[in-house]
Amino acid sequence: MAAPSSRAEALMARRGEIMRRALGMDYREFERSPIAFDYEALMGAHGYSLEEVAKVQRAAGVGGTPLLELRNLTDLVRSYAPAGHGARLFVKDEAANMAGSFKDRRASMSIHVAREKGYAGVIAATSGNYGAAVASQAARASLACIIVQEAFDSAHLGQPEIVEKARLCEAFGAEVVQLSVGPELFAHMLELLDGTGYFAASLYSSFGVSGIETLGHELAEEMRALTGAPPTRVVVTHAGGGNTTGTARGLRRAGATDTEIVSASVDLSGLHMASDADFNRKSFTTGHTGFGVPFATWPDRADVPRNAARALRYMDRYLTVTQGEVFYVTEVLAKLEGLERGPSGNTALAAAMSLARDLPREATVVVQETEYTGAGKHHWAQLNFARERGVEVRVGDPSESVPGRSIVIPEAPEQLRATDFDLARMRRSYVRNALAHAPEGYEPTDDDIAFLAEDTNSTPEAVEETVAALAAGE
Amino acid sequence: MAEERCTPGQWVEVERVLLEPADRAGNLPDDTAAQPLRVWVKGFARAAVALGEECEVETMTGRVVRGTLSACAPGYTHTFGSPPPGIVGIGRDLRARLASYRAGG
Repeated sequence: MAAPSSRAEALMARRGEIMRRALGMDYREFERSPIAFDYEALMGAHGYSLEEVAKVQRAAGVGGTPLLELRNLTDLVRSYAPAGHGARLFVKDEAANMAGSFKDRRASMSIHVAREKGYAGVIAATSGNYGAAVASQAARASLACIIVQEAFDSAHLGQPEIVEKARLCEAFGAEVVQLSVGPELFAHMLELLDGTGYFAASLYSSFGVSGIETLGHELAEEMRALTGAPPTRVVVTHAGGGNTTGTARGLRRAGATDTEIVSASVDLSGLHMASDADFNRKSFTTGHTGFGVPFATWPDRADVPRNAARALRYMDRYLTVTQGEVFYVTEVLAKLEGLERGPSGNTALAAAMSLARDLPREATVVVQETEYTGAGKHHWAQLNFARERGVEVRVGDPSESVPGRSIVIPEAPEQLRATDFDLARMRRSYVRNALAHAPEGYEPTDDDIAFLAEDTNSTPEAVEETVAALAAGE
Repeated sequence: MAEERCTPGQWVEVERVLLEPADRAGNLPDDTAAQPLRVWVKGFARAAVALGEECEVETMTGRVVRGTLSACAPGYTHTFGSPPPGIVGIGRDLRARLASYRAGG
């Protein structure tokens, strides 16, 4: 193994100090043990109520997006669902936010806090919509903005979706720092934070994740007004976990405690997220299992000491869909509902159409986001890019697709079939990771077990069983 | 064809190596570990420099960054491209199917 360079090493050694200054808060006050921390205290530390968050967002031009019923898609599903089946489908058109996605909700809170605390600028590490959201909000708040992107493979070839997001960040006046593939991006972000004194507008801060709670709250209230009840299911495109966490917390705050939270990701199994060669063989740069699984099973891999996005706490089910299925529903949404939206945000829609088929007609399924579309960030652009990289694109049975080798566009909507991911396995994997990050020989206390049970939405008994099995070397 | 030389104050892109392969993190896949970690930054050129030469730029936030001049007036060329197979007919087919379902077919 190569020794890390001294500069990167020195930066990583100062990580705690740099992040404390850049976040304007000290996460150490929430720690209870090497395993447990006070999650609700972290979430409440910014001191804003849900109403205050909504007020900040309204002033920032964010939120209050339309909730649309998808009557044509509902009837399409009913045309092949068993008799009496085919739930009503709805979508929250988050693309209507200023920078084109629900990420404006996160960014608006981060930028608000940065301005309140008197920072001159903000920095975020993201190749996704969050960059554009931060850049847009920073422009409104007259703050400088640097977005750090993993953008290119070693041949300087950019994924079209990421290239488009860089363009939008630059359109809003941000400086975009683009890197080749590799996790050392984090050390470079630390260097930029240290050099500029700017605020770390992390995707995973409690400010950002609190900003998504308004989305869950709005859709619960809007569904009550439209149908008389909160939704039966809410389907959330899942990557780093903020979308699932914030939406579910907002639904709970609105009293929608019976709503089932279904997270959904594009299946990219077999592709290595840190591989230079695999980087441009992915047709989705977010909303996929390459983020969804590792972040759910170890959220604290994030760029803050404790991740406010803790998806396992909230997901009742985790579904995967194929790239071809998502491209198919992206086309269907445009042609049948007059809504042309970006493919990544339609991940949950593919899962929702699969779910709706198995639910009674009285049930309601809400897809809680869309994202903007445009050159590069479009299913045509992605399919053409994939073909140029040697990925086979064909029409057929999507279950035959192999990520990075083939994309199979369904022949008919009946072929949309989401696959359940084993949540019990993810919970075990989380507990294993939590124990592995504690000092060697550390024995989890009762408080740790209770924390792990909460953090995995399971029971202390189930956690004890996993801990015992791990200790026995299973 | 890219310009061969930038003018002072022109919007340009510079490139530099952040980490040589030997200095990169452990646990990287072999294909990534074999490559340097590179960074590209855009800004206003501080001098007239030819492509491939050392150049200083002042970025949009006012940082001064040194690197090798990699592009003068870098733009965007990403697009939509031609209709991929299997996509164009979806709307026509499903609208017909929906009409037939609603007609009781």
